[in-house]
Amino acid sequence: MKKLLLSLVVVCWCFNFYAQEYFPKNNGVKTTDTNYTVFKNAIIHTTPSSEIKNGTLIIKDGKITQVGSNIPIPENSVIIDLKGKHIYASFIDTFTSFGIKKPKSQGGSIFSPGAKLNWKATREGYYWNDHIRPETSALTTFKYDNKKATEYITEGFGVVNTHMPDGIIRGTGLLIALNNEGTAGERLLSDRSSQLLSFKKSNTSKQVYPTSLMGAMALLRQVYHDAGWYTLGKVNTKDLSLEALNRNKNLPQIFEAESRINGLRADKVGDQFNIQYTIVGGGDEYARIDKVKATNATYIIPLDFPEAYDVSDPFMANLVSLGDMKHWNQAPTNPSVLSKNGITFSITTHKLKKLTDLNTKIMKAIEYGLDKKTALASLTTIPAQILGKSDVLGSIKKGAYANFLITENELFTKDNIIFENWVQGRKNIINDMNIQDINGNYELILAGKSYDISISGKPSAPKAEVKFGEVSLGSKIDYKDDWITLTFTDADTLKTQYTSIVTALGNTPKFWSGKAILPNGTETTFTAKKKPKEDTLDKKDIDASTTKEKPEVLPVSYPNIAYGNSKLPVPENILFKNATVWTNEIDGILVETDVLIKNGKISAVGKNLNANGAKIIDATGKHITAGIIDEHSHIAADAINEAGHNSSAEVTIEDVVFPDDINIYRNLAGGVTSIQILHGSANPIGGRSAILKLKWGENAENLIYKNPPKFIKFALGENVKQSNWGSTTRFPQTRMGVEQLFIDYFDRAKAYEKIKLSGKPYRKDIEMETIVEILNGQRYISCHSYVQSEINMLMKVAEKYDFKVNTFTHILEGYKVADKMAAHGVGGSTFSDWWGYKFEVNDAIPYNAAIMHNQGVITAINSDDAEMSRRLNQEAAKSVKYGGVSEEDALKFVTLNPAKLLHIDDRVGSIKVGKDADLVLWTDHPLSIYTKAEKTIIDGAVYFDLVKDKAMRKTIAAEKNKLSTMMLKAKNSGLKTQPPKKKEKQHFKCETLETIN
Amino acid sequence: MKNLIYIVVLITFFGKVTAQQTPSNDQSEAISITGATAHIGNGEIIENSIIIFENGKITAVGINGNITVKGKTIDASGRHVYPGFIAPNSTLGLVEIGAVRATDDDSEIGSFNPHIRSIIAYNAESKIVESMRPNGVLIAQITPRGGVISGTSSVVQLDAWNWEDASIKTDDGVHMNWPNIYSQGRWWMGEDPGFKPNKKYTEQVVQIENFLAQAKASIKSTSIHKNLPHHAMKGVLDGSTRLYVHVNAEKAILDVITFAKEHHLKKIVLVDAYEAYKVVDQLKQNNIAVLSSRPHKTPNFEDDDYDLPYKNAKLLMDAGVLVAIQNSGGMERSNARNLPFQAGTVAAHGLDKEKALQLITGNSAKILGIDQFVGTLEVGKDATLFISQGDALDMRTNLLEKAFIQGRDISLESHHTKLWKRYSKKYSK
Repeated sequence: MKKLLLSLVVVCWCFNFYAQEYFPKNNGVKTTDTNYTVFKNAIIHTTPSSEIKNGTLIIKDGKITQVGSNIPIPENSVIIDLKGKHIYASFIDTFTSFGIKKPKSQGGSIFSPGAKLNWKATREGYYWNDHIRPETSALTTFKYDNKKATEYITEGFGVVNTHMPDGIIRGTGLLIALNNEGTAGERLLSDRSSQLLSFKKSNTSKQVYPTSLMGAMALLRQVYHDAGWYTLGKVNTKDLSLEALNRNKNLPQIFEAESRINGLRADKVGDQFNIQYTIVGGGDEYARIDKVKATNATYIIPLDFPEAYDVSDPFMANLVSLGDMKHWNQAPTNPSVLSKNGITFSITTHKLKKLTDLNTKIMKAIEYGLDKKTALASLTTIPAQILGKSDVLGSIKKGAYANFLITENELFTKDNIIFENWVQGRKNIINDMNIQDINGNYELILAGKSYDISISGKPSAPKAEVKFGEVSLGSKIDYKDDWITLTFTDADTLKTQYTSIVTALGNTPKFWSGKAILPNGTETTFTAKKKPKEDTLDKKDIDASTTKEKPEVLPVSYPNIAYGNSKLPVPENILFKNATVWTNEIDGILVETDVLIKNGKISAVGKNLNANGAKIIDATGKHITAGIIDEHSHIAADAINEAGHNSSAEVTIEDVVFPDDINIYRNLAGGVTSIQILHGSANPIGGRSAILKLKWGENAENLIYKNPPKFIKFALGENVKQSNWGSTTRFPQTRMGVEQLFIDYFDRAKAYEKIKLSGKPYRKDIEMETIVEILNGQRYISCHSYVQSEINMLMKVAEKYDFKVNTFTHILEGYKVADKMAAHGVGGSTFSDWWGYKFEVNDAIPYNAAIMHNQGVITAINSDDAEMSRRLNQEAAKSVKYGGVSEEDALKFVTLNPAKLLHIDDRVGSIKVGKDADLVLWTDHPLSIYTKAEKTIIDGAVYFDLVKDKAMRKTIAAEKNKLSTMMLKAKNSGLKTQPPKKKEKQHFKCETLETIN
Repeated sequence: MKNLIYIVVLITFFGKVTAQQTPSNDQSEAISITGATAHIGNGEIIENSIIIFENGKITAVGINGNITVKGKTIDASGRHVYPGFIAPNSTLGLVEIGAVRATDDDSEIGSFNPHIRSIIAYNAESKIVESMRPNGVLIAQITPRGGVISGTSSVVQLDAWNWEDASIKTDDGVHMNWPNIYSQGRWWMGEDPGFKPNKKYTEQVVQIENFLAQAKASIKSTSIHKNLPHHAMKGVLDGSTRLYVHVNAEKAILDVITFAKEHHLKKIVLVDAYEAYKVVDQLKQNNIAVLSSRPHKTPNFEDDDYDLPYKNAKLLMDAGVLVAIQNSGGMERSNARNLPFQAGTVAAHGLDKEKALQLITGNSAKILGIDQFVGTLEVGKDATLFISQGDALDMRTNLLEKAFIQGRDISLESHHTKLWKRYSKKYSK
């Protein structure tokens, strides 16, 4: 009975099984293939780290049924003897858009004049932002591309993961087996293989938001919050995007970051929501590998190593920076550096100009230190693991898909040939396996004469050289389907007549015999015998070991561009002797005074201090001040304006700090030690600030102040009204509207907070959270402002909501309302003398700082400009000219006062025992036009030094010279080059509008 | 009566607040400035000096005590006297408010515009122009922008009722923008914003060659139909007018030198010329002067020395190239008053202070071809000079007490000083 039951179950199961596979058949009888295919005598690399010598592989129905060394072979088998050839799992590419067409860009920047702007989403029933498209199934537009598939197959791929490369959240990808003969159903391994993301907008919509990288990051965060909120069922309307996002939650999440730094940014967003993205990198991970490792992410790495720049024209070669030259030199080490640091990564063909470059690039990576096993894993087991398909893909094991390569030698060796790539049990011939290696020298005996034949080249396309004695004869060889035909000219060059020989190789490739046709048409026979190899060293061995030089790779610097340090500066203990010290404290300016810095802090200020082991620097005739602080900077950022909404309180510059900006170094050379990177002025409520110490070479995280005071940029006037850029469709268009916008947001924030505090569930809104902080005095406003009416307005609005505006920045008409500002308690951070560039600065006067200062407003002078920030001491000195401010107070305009405005004056801004050792040693009076920063010190570490700067210039010249020579060598060796190019970032000012599409 | 008083008050009020500074009257008596440190503008300095000027011209310069004072004496002991600073390649008076199109007159449409004359649009009553004088900038070369040949510049003094009175050298030179050897991607069109070799460079140079060849022919033409652009090149072609070539890259500069030789152009001045320091020998051999790029700029290339813009003019001067500085670039009009501090910055980075002064006085005059009457404190030249409390190249001490243009005692007030005083007064109540 029990048995019967079991049988029934089996029958049912079988029935079900077959039921699923029932297809009507009208073109003949049903032919079921129940046979096995067996590959024997192979070296089977079951995984990158294990192999079976003399192994047998058995497949059936597209799957592996057995693999091992002494395994029984079923009777109904087709047996293929591989005679020592190798078997590997076919490759997997985790990141492609195979078979999917990306929608065309609708062209033009959203900020070009006359551009039509969509402020709203264009879809209904989906998320409020068109660039969030988790509901996209790649399947809806997928079309299997036989031609492209063949290209992948030829390179060794069996499976690719493909997706719609469009939008920030891009929806689900497909896992496709490259089975050209198979059915769509067979090929589709998964229609929900992964979810794909990026920081780039969708081409399908012109919805403006987000315009910036930080906007994209903020949007992603909000989406995750919203998806969580949606699951609580409190949302009345249907949102198909959020439903899809929640559905996709457990899929592998693949993030196309495209650069190291964006990878770190993506990881930061993911961490906040406990999502570990697999990151599609940029190939520059090697330059700050510790940060990459700290993400704990698995990476998908492109191999688009840059081509050498063509530096043969020295005038044009100028364009190429040391940083780009170094990247050319170092990029091939990226895979090996990742591997040596224990970072798991797969390799993708994404970004390769053509798929056939893959093997060359891998070989190059191996030449630059990548281990072959890791290379193999990155194309097989790792991608399978990323996609959660290790059970059926990436290795040769029972139950896995019969996706495997048959190769002549080990993969990634110089003379290896891939013969066949089997995908789902179907054979694809890449190179004829039966072709024998006939290269070598032969002695041909024909009609009593002896000839020398030398054969070289690819086995499938050999070249022959025929000699009669010392005379070279014209010849042509053809080798196909085991048959060789060789035709050659007569030794007598005056006659154009040919001799042909033809033979089948069979089992005697070293001894040929066959038919020959002589010039006169007579047929005869010939024999040819392969000569033993001459006693010279094997060419392969020479290549592999002795003659091949290891490529020279320049060391990475911090940052990895010109003026980068080979090691990060560390705090030093230094005693400055006998300087003029501008304390910015009650002591005022002290002459012939010593300053001791220790452990990153100011340790003592006074006469005749004891060094106690500190390094002594004679500062006689020199001046020491606190480091310069720029309240309004836009350097060192990858984005400045999120212009997509009239409020963007949800974005933060901290997300987009760019630590490798040369302007950091140049600012240090001007004595600047701290800056506030403000959001731009594209909207009334801008984004949150980043407050930085300019620790050149450190990563973004270490540049940002520890526990920084919280700031947000507000803006008024022409820019927020969009007076000077095309759009007239975004509210507000007048200063009247600006007031109401603030009132609206503050009211909404109050309502939001009330709901939040009530304990009831609420939709977390990052923008509102930020504005609530303002209302509660936990976040300070630095407000871009010009004319007096609007300055007054914001103070009145703030007073209505019972908080204080912290800083008016620019504040060019501050002098007109300085009394009101003093009464409100707001500071002013202004330009020294900018005016005249737009209508609202018509009444800007250089006496502004002096008047505000005299009225008791805490006054600072800022730059808003990478040029001016390099000489803020000069700008401060202008207050002495314009309005007669004392020199001591003028210096405070760029040191202590901005520190106060930024609420960091407990740490920096003056020379006081216990404060951070952020100092500048000046060659001269710090406000003199003739002074130069000699040393700029942050937390006790020297980040700029005139002497070191001079030395670095020499290093830069030497390194560039060396790399140029290497590039010329690459060009002369026939490698491809690219024209010289200077990478350029936009020079950000407040008004700069960037785009991310 | 009461009404009249109101009117008078109103007039005075507006006179003080909205109107521009009134140009001063001609010099009526001889003036002697004594005791000051005279910075001659040619590298020399006289510590305790006397400078006498009459009828707008300098009649004596020497050591105080050696020459008898004449007319009104200004005791300037402890003070410094400088020749008026010169701002070459400037758009002062052509644009009032950059962002307001209605006030912009610096760039005509078309590519070859040598016939377009800047002097016509020069607004002598610009509020920006008057803000130059309190910092010692008293002379400017008003230069059109845009196109391949932007137009013809004129040199003006900065205290005048109208452009005609302002001009001290009308149509002094033609300005040409040499094609760039690099081209930049249009980032706003979604292109890579980087620079690449300009594929059209040769084609663009050939266009210039063709224009010049055509102009040469047209000038000889006897036809009654005149080709205005071609005829406007006459001075350049016969060597009576300067050709200012705005160019930056080393290769382009070398091409300009060859171009000048081929066309026998005798008076060539390079403008901006960021990389001129790389070809100083060729510049010297061919007697080509440079109006160097503004020192207050960021280096063009990531790998450049941080102080390259600061020291660029020094590198040229050290090598013996005739060089002055100019201030074209962002906010070039309002920032032109910082010209002295730009020269000061060059001094900070290694140039002797008096030589740095030459970059905005004597050398500028030589390069613009106005050195026979301005640029230095020398007998026979215009009394265009000023007295500063201290070193005029340093912000802290650039404090003008008196300034003269052609001997006229000019106002040192401006829109800015008026607002300053107005609001200072408000708060002092």
